[in-house]
Amino acid sequence: MSVREIRVEINSDQDIVVARQKGRVLAGELGFSSGDATLIATAISELARNIVSYARTGEIKLKGINGSTGVGILVIASDDGPGIIDIRQALRDGFSTSGSLGLGLPGVRRLMDEFEITSQPGKGTMVAVKKWRQ
Amino acid sequence: MEVPILKQGAFLIATFQAALSDADLNQLRMGLVQQVVKFRSRAVIVDVTAMDVMDSFASRTLREIAHMIRLRGAETVIVGIQPEVAFAMVQLGLTLEGVATALDLEEGLAYLNEKFKITN
Repeated sequence: MSVREIRVEINSDQDIVVARQKGRVLAGELGFSSGDATLIATAISELARNIVSYARTGEIKLKGINGSTGVGILVIASDDGPGIIDIRQALRDGFSTSGSLGLGLPGVRRLMDEFEITSQPGKGTMVAVKKWRQ
Repeated sequence: MEVPILKQGAFLIATFQAALSDADLNQLRMGLVQQVVKFRSRAVIVDVTAMDVMDSFASRTLREIAHMIRLRGAETVIVGIQPEVAFAMVQLGLTLEGVATALDLEEGLAYLNEKFKITN
């Protein structure tokens, strides 16, 4: 199985497209169905968009992983932006501080199987999500 | 990447490509409304068949396009949302409420022709 790791620097809205396209290709290589690859690409798009909207720059890391349930994909979105003061609030549907729809994080959580977020105000945010192959 | 806008009688047809950035979408929004004014179009069909991801920004832009065009007195029909894209949109909590949709370009044209009683 491929263990290659892909890094995509996120500096502009164009990089959102690059990140989700690379994610879709990796998902295909890992044997995900095209439907699941679409869910993964959509989640990457939202995570990359959060970086552009809130932190301006950051990075998306994509990696094939092996777990007890089989093959999966790990997506890590990290930035050195302003961070999130109230994570619980940020995970609620409809909450946004950037004037967007505010569906980003709860939506991403629904698209993927595992969701982890760490954030320090003033230091940055890291969101790690996983999806396992059916 | 520019989105081609085709004039077909009283309608405009905009065909989305797969890799549209936010800037492309914003440009299209303005372009479409301007063309609707220029050609006095009755309706716009936005064909998203090639779009492999419809995230929150893309669907918000589509809703905005439809609302702006409605304010001009014309109608918008979104056609060609792929099944897996529809599934991802629902999971993400995105809706296109108040915007007409059709299976594909043919169905979209049929819907508009019926609505405006145009016989080709």
